[in-house]
Amino acid sequence: MSVKKFFILVSATPVLALLAYGLSRDLGSFPSPLIGREAPSFALSLFDGGTFSLDEHRGKVVVINVWASWCIPACYNEAPALEAAWQRYRERDVVFVGVNYQDREAAAREFLARFRHTFPNGPDLGSRVSIAYGVRGVPETFFIDRDGRLAHRHVGEISFDVLMQQIERLLNGAGGLS
Amino acid sequence: MISQLGSILLITALAVAIYGIAASVLGARLQRWEFVASAYRAVLWLFALVTVAALLLVMALVTYDFSIAYVARNTLRGTPLYYRVTALWGSLEGSLLLWQWLLSLFSAAVVFSQGRKIRDLMPYAVAILLTVSAFFLFIMVVPANPFRAQFPVPPDGRGLNPLLLTTSMIFHPVFLYLGFVGFTIPFAFAIGALVTGRLGEEWIVATRRWTLMAWYFLTVGILIGGWWAYTTLGWGGYWAWDPVENASFMPWLMGTAFLHSIMIQEYRQMLKTWNLTLVIMTFMMTLFGTFLTRSGIISSVHAFSNSSLGAYFLLFIGLLLLFSLAALVYRMDDLRGQPELDSMLSRETTFLANNVILVVITLTVFLGTMFPVIAEAVRGVRVSVGAPFFNKVTVPLAYLLLLLMGIGPLIAWRRASWDNLKRNFTYPTLAAAGTALIAALWTRNPYALITFAVCAFVTATIVFEFYKGVYARRKLAPGTSVLRALWTLFTRNRRRYGGFVVHFGVVLTILGIAVSSNFAVEKEVRVTRGETVQVGDYDLRYEGMRAYDEVYREVVWTDFTVMRGGRAIATLSPGKSFHPNEQQPIAQVGIRSTPWEDLYMILGAVEQDGSAATLKILVNPMVMWIWIGGAIITLGALVTVIPGRPTRRSAIAASEATGPAPARTLEYSGSR
Repeated sequence: MSVKKFFILVSATPVLALLAYGLSRDLGSFPSPLIGREAPSFALSLFDGGTFSLDEHRGKVVVINVWASWCIPACYNEAPALEAAWQRYRERDVVFVGVNYQDREAAAREFLARFRHTFPNGPDLGSRVSIAYGVRGVPETFFIDRDGRLAHRHVGEISFDVLMQQIERLLNGAGGLS
Repeated sequence: MISQLGSILLITALAVAIYGIAASVLGARLQRWEFVASAYRAVLWLFALVTVAALLLVMALVTYDFSIAYVARNTLRGTPLYYRVTALWGSLEGSLLLWQWLLSLFSAAVVFSQGRKIRDLMPYAVAILLTVSAFFLFIMVVPANPFRAQFPVPPDGRGLNPLLLTTSMIFHPVFLYLGFVGFTIPFAFAIGALVTGRLGEEWIVATRRWTLMAWYFLTVGILIGGWWAYTTLGWGGYWAWDPVENASFMPWLMGTAFLHSIMIQEYRQMLKTWNLTLVIMTFMMTLFGTFLTRSGIISSVHAFSNSSLGAYFLLFIGLLLLFSLAALVYRMDDLRGQPELDSMLSRETTFLANNVILVVITLTVFLGTMFPVIAEAVRGVRVSVGAPFFNKVTVPLAYLLLLLMGIGPLIAWRRASWDNLKRNFTYPTLAAAGTALIAALWTRNPYALITFAVCAFVTATIVFEFYKGVYARRKLAPGTSVLRALWTLFTRNRRRYGGFVVHFGVVLTILGIAVSSNFAVEKEVRVTRGETVQVGDYDLRYEGMRAYDEVYREVVWTDFTVMRGGRAIATLSPGKSFHPNEQQPIAQVGIRSTPWEDLYMILGAVEQDGSAATLKILVNPMVMWIWIGGAIITLGALVTVIPGRPTRRSAIAASEATGPAPARTLEYSGSR
């Protein structure tokens, strides 16, 4: 085979390699610049009345779950895991809060009723919380350590195992970065 | 139920496609024509199956069958019927189904129209078409099934992104897909030519109309996309060098190069390897564009985009590219021995220069688009390049291209004599110089002056060419009216004169782009009710706010009386709409469009009681000419595509026989 022919054949390789490299990057990982810093404080008016204020829970581990009733299927899949984790840790200085993102009230209430969520949930009016936390899409789950710093951000559907693992880590005082 | 039925249809279609590939290749290898005939029938069956599948999904969309995940994602109760139907191409899975439907429609059309012609090449072309079909069907069966069921069934869907709820978004994707899919056909025939070794212009002649059609749809698709960005997105422009835009622009550039270089092969039997390479690259670019927008590799707008899809696409692109290049290398020795360029001053050279520039622009756009990935690979940071990079590189090249557009069709084949140059280009050059001088009285912007001069040059060559054509016709048959003579020109030589019309449309579009990007006026203002602000020559009086609660959105309008010279000339109502499931309100742009300039108003914010509003106001000159240019391109392309008289080949034969014919014979032979 002549040099020219060989060159033509391999010419495609660098481009394909570049594309493969581009694909191989972890596209889901978007590390938040907020990790390790103080979590933005917020107050949320809840669906069943009352208010949730982040500042009142300093000293506890806080799990913030951002969801929407139209988020199919991820939010539906993770909903039972959230309630189960809440039931498991609610007596152990762990607080859960659901932030309902860009939704209609009726649909959101129907979602909560369907999954019998018992932890506080409220609509994110004006998307204030989502913007403060840099939410890119639903669902996303944020973990805040006892010192009020953002410790971990999970993008996409979350499992019971990941919830447990993160909460345990923060409860055991390993409030370090992730 | 629908979910299973749809999936079964797609799996069956995949099986039929695979069978067809085997039957056509085996048939051609073993010279068993009944196998090939069976493969052709498989193509028709494939079309039938995919049609039913597409109709099934449309039915699910129309009836709000939220048990299908795709339906829930793209409709919500209250969506008007036409948006429920067009939600078929509202997002990924449905778009793939539409793509596949168009591909099987085109494949069926190819079998129908070409089935009996070029008998040894066709089976391979069909096998390639079916391979591409098989890939898309596989994608739909495995990672991106449009019929995927979901449980629990949600009470309501999410609905289309409201930005897509406009008429232009109904047509934009369809036109793009028609263009992308259209380029599959010349590609398939090119591979057929390589495999069989029938490397003449057969494959080009067989697919020429497909190429033109694909190019046309792609062009219009891109223009509609610009129109949508301009009228719906509400940032004041129509093109932002966004990766998604570039993804459609790159195949267009390659396709344009291909469209021109095949003429050289048809008339001069040159550039055979080049044409094969170009069509392979054009097709690869259509796949790459889809890969780029669907893999999330560049601008990962959605965190949950299907990244496994990207891997499948990359694998397919890689395999097909390697196969195509291997076929090219395999035939390399047979492709030798073509005529060489006779002179630097000839139509061949200008066409070649046009090709080189188009390829260079494509590479530039490719590098710019891929830059974030390259930067991350080399330096570990994600950096992207913006519009300034693309503009700096492409604008000068575009001028050169425009200039060649004026020269190419008129300069003589083989070797242009001084006489030929003088005869064709004296008046256009004078026109260009005159225009630049007159324009210099008005502006000193060098970009604008160059644009005006080059546009005038090209326009003059076109007008001059029509004039000469009409003149010659009337000399030949005295007493014909001018209109009659023009008509004869068009009917006798559609490709050439249709091409001129397309070129004229391109001139207008470029003029619109150049003027609007160099002379736009932009202003941000805050007005209170009853107050008047001045922007450009316009006085705008804020009259107040209106708010409406519509079925699926809330809209706020602010009314302005537009005055010029103290006289009210129009009322514009820029607004904002709020959608239940969307974070951002959507701008409802207020536009007053005239051939001279557009007044373009974007509402930023408005007080709750409507007492004051903040707006961005632009005066964009000559934007309308971009769309008028597009309409003229459409007209010209139609002239070229409509079937003409089948006397073309005899003309080639004639010109072959007479040897190095003077340019005149070719130009006026009128029957190419």
